[in-house]
Amino acid sequence: MKARAHRKEIRKYSVLKVVAQTALGLTLVALCAVTLFVLARGIPHVNTQLLFGDYGMYPSIKPALIGTLYLIVISILIAAPIGIGSAVFLTEYTRSNSRLTRTIRIATETLAGIPSIVYGIFGYLVFVVALGFKYSLIGGGITLAIMILPVVVRSTEESLLAVPRILREGSFALGSSKVRTIFSVVLPCASSGIVTSLILAVGRVMSESAVLILTIGMVVNKIPEGFASPGTSLALDVYYFGSHGYPEQAAATGVVLLVLVVSINILATVLGKALGRGELVDG
Amino acid sequence: MMIKAYRYIKARDAVMRGIFLFCAVFAVLALGCICVFLFAEGLPFIGKVGVSNFFGTKWHLDSGAYGILSMIVASLYVTGLSTLIGIAIGLFTAICLYKFCPAKAVNPIRQLITLLAGIPSVIYGLFGMIVIVPFLRDNISSNGVGYGILAASLVLSVMILPTIVSISLDALNSVPRSYYEGALALGATSEQSVFKVMLPAAKSGILAAVVLSIGRAIGETMAVIMVIGGSPAMPGSLFQSVRTMTANIAMGATELSGDAATALVSTGVVLFCFTLLLNTSISLLKGGFKRESKSA
Amino acid sequence: MGNNQIDTARDSEAVRVEEGGAALNNGGLPESSDMYNITVRNCDLYYGDFQALKSVSIDIEEREVTALIGPSGCGKSTFIKTLNRMNDLVEGCRITGEILIGGRDIYAKSTDVTLLRKNAGMVFQKPNPFPMSIYDNIAFAPRTFGIKKKIELDVIVESSLKHAGLWLEVKDRLKKNAMGLSGGQQQRLCIARALAADPKILLMDEPTSALDPISTGRIEELINELKTEYTIVIVTHNMQQATRISDKTAFFLLGEIIEYGTTESIFSMPKDKRTENYITGRFG
Repeated sequence: MKARAHRKEIRKYSVLKVVAQTALGLTLVALCAVTLFVLARGIPHVNTQLLFGDYGMYPSIKPALIGTLYLIVISILIAAPIGIGSAVFLTEYTRSNSRLTRTIRIATETLAGIPSIVYGIFGYLVFVVALGFKYSLIGGGITLAIMILPVVVRSTEESLLAVPRILREGSFALGSSKVRTIFSVVLPCASSGIVTSLILAVGRVMSESAVLILTIGMVVNKIPEGFASPGTSLALDVYYFGSHGYPEQAAATGVVLLVLVVSINILATVLGKALGRGELVDG
Repeated sequence: MMIKAYRYIKARDAVMRGIFLFCAVFAVLALGCICVFLFAEGLPFIGKVGVSNFFGTKWHLDSGAYGILSMIVASLYVTGLSTLIGIAIGLFTAICLYKFCPAKAVNPIRQLITLLAGIPSVIYGLFGMIVIVPFLRDNISSNGVGYGILAASLVLSVMILPTIVSISLDALNSVPRSYYEGALALGATSEQSVFKVMLPAAKSGILAAVVLSIGRAIGETMAVIMVIGGSPAMPGSLFQSVRTMTANIAMGATELSGDAATALVSTGVVLFCFTLLLNTSISLLKGGFKRESKSA
Repeated sequence: MGNNQIDTARDSEAVRVEEGGAALNNGGLPESSDMYNITVRNCDLYYGDFQALKSVSIDIEEREVTALIGPSGCGKSTFIKTLNRMNDLVEGCRITGEILIGGRDIYAKSTDVTLLRKNAGMVFQKPNPFPMSIYDNIAFAPRTFGIKKKIELDVIVESSLKHAGLWLEVKDRLKKNAMGLSGGQQQRLCIARALAADPKILLMDEPTSALDPISTGRIEELINELKTEYTIVIVTHNMQQATRISDKTAFFLLGEIIEYGTTESIFSMPKDKRTENYITGRFG
């Protein structure tokens, strides 16, 4: 009797194992399906008119490519120094769990959890309404910068914490000031991690669209004239084309976006490994 | 021997400390600004139109009805359903990657999943629009409508899968291997050890994955608006055009002005409160997790 | 010796900066012609509530090697770190008593900590070269103190590496990453890096504990050569090493100095029973 109960118990868990394997298969199929379907629908429609043509009879994503570039430049230029500075303060200057550190950490974590559409409302209220910029790339870019800030802070902090303490001590023991230690030893040692995190942040900026709906105006048919002009981005174009009766163009734009985002992610990994080599590895 | 003046070095250290401090405090300032702007614009509006109107069921701008209850309900449905599907599949996937799949395959699969985690949400939305919605409409739905809660939930559940898998797998991996070996030594099979010992031991990490994915699902906009339909109606079926809070904001954003635009801000305030609630529960969870591991 | 050249180079640099109007001070430390002996009187050190050093008093002579021995956790590493104020980096660390270098209190308010650390170079237990080129490692301290000209740096790098007995091994790959060196080479690089700061004192915290016997031998030879110019304080776990290289030995136990004297007398006829027990291997 007991032996049979035991066998039954074992069989029950073997079934669970099969369920787990099925789940893995499902996950892979689902995630690959997303990319493959979009690629299959989109690739035939990627052509020079779409990529580089003027927006006239047929849609073009030239304004989106330029707009995306603007957004990347603005947001990284703002988020990188502030994020790195913040991480340096948190790792190098605060010794214990002071109230200030806790407040900063909680604020950073809370920022990370706010939905992008809420950032969009904030950007709209501040830049479009209060400051009177109207819809502009600069407003969208700054809002995006705030949004990616927690990501930059967190990953930079991780890279800084990975720098061995004995290197800092070595620098101090040679009579270096704190600032020299940070800029000549700690930051260079963490550079591979920081560069990787910034590239990943670029990926985030490219993928983002909900923020931009409310801040940059989704002007899909005009090349932006500068930082202050309204514009569009690749991700926004996918939505626009998709919801305005151009599913083929939406898929084609999706292909471009996918290729860019995936290559950026791969670049981040490869570069992180390449820069990481020769650093911090015990010879 | 030449030396830079010590006073100069000290002053430079102090100035740089100030700059770093400012960078760190920037996050606090930004969060403060977000709260102030949102609440200052959104709360008075709720007071103006009346709480019962705002949390009512009727959204009809021409007659001044700004009820977002149907959208809150739709948001909760979509969030609940997608998290349920996502967690079920994601957790089992993590378990499989943890023990029941060839060791050589684990890392490539993990990298693939990480890579796919970077896919923009608008791509998921597009996929839902060109694949899932037509499929549901033609094969599953009884009323010929593909848009709606089910479509949105399916899209979202795929979207949150990578997050769930990664976090759950990390949680499982951080459980000491000795637990597993201990269970085996007591005569348990490998499957029994994993499901009865390792899984319960990783529960706080898995709970964190659940809360995080709820946050992502409730706040997601683009993937949802492309498959949800968009009618401000009370959800009565899985296949019915409805509108979530995020969809309400995004859809009205480019078109509305005046009071209607402010109504969107107020919708944002409600959404913001939901996410603050989730954030708080995450930090409470983390606190509990720390205490647990300390006592252990 | 390339040493004269360096001094000339640095003197001219000093003149240049003085002309620039920057106020020079030596951080309350003696000029280079002064004595560099170390005097410690009644030094107590606390980490929070824990007292790591108890009323330590010791006189360390110039141009001698002083070995600090004792079981793990006896405070010898803590003590050596008070001599260049590295304990300032430790949270909750409090120090009372007097520590004088060349007769001047290094914990006085007027002390320039950066200059103190330049003058008292430190070599750590584990080699800690910076992940940059060999050249940049050596040039790190001179650059910190404002030497930017390549010709001057070249001179310092070469003489420091020669001093540390590493020049012949690395002169063809100065631009290579220092992490590519072997453990023993890395440690000599760290010694060279400290020497490049032109210190008067060398503090070594178990410099050979992570090294193989051959590398250890080379470092010991090096210490013997360096003691003609530098005051050397070395923490060691290895009794034989202490007898081989040191002139004086101090035995630490539970944060106190139990016995201090010439190495010969400590090892041949210890006065204290606890010292005897330790050096004969009965505990530790």
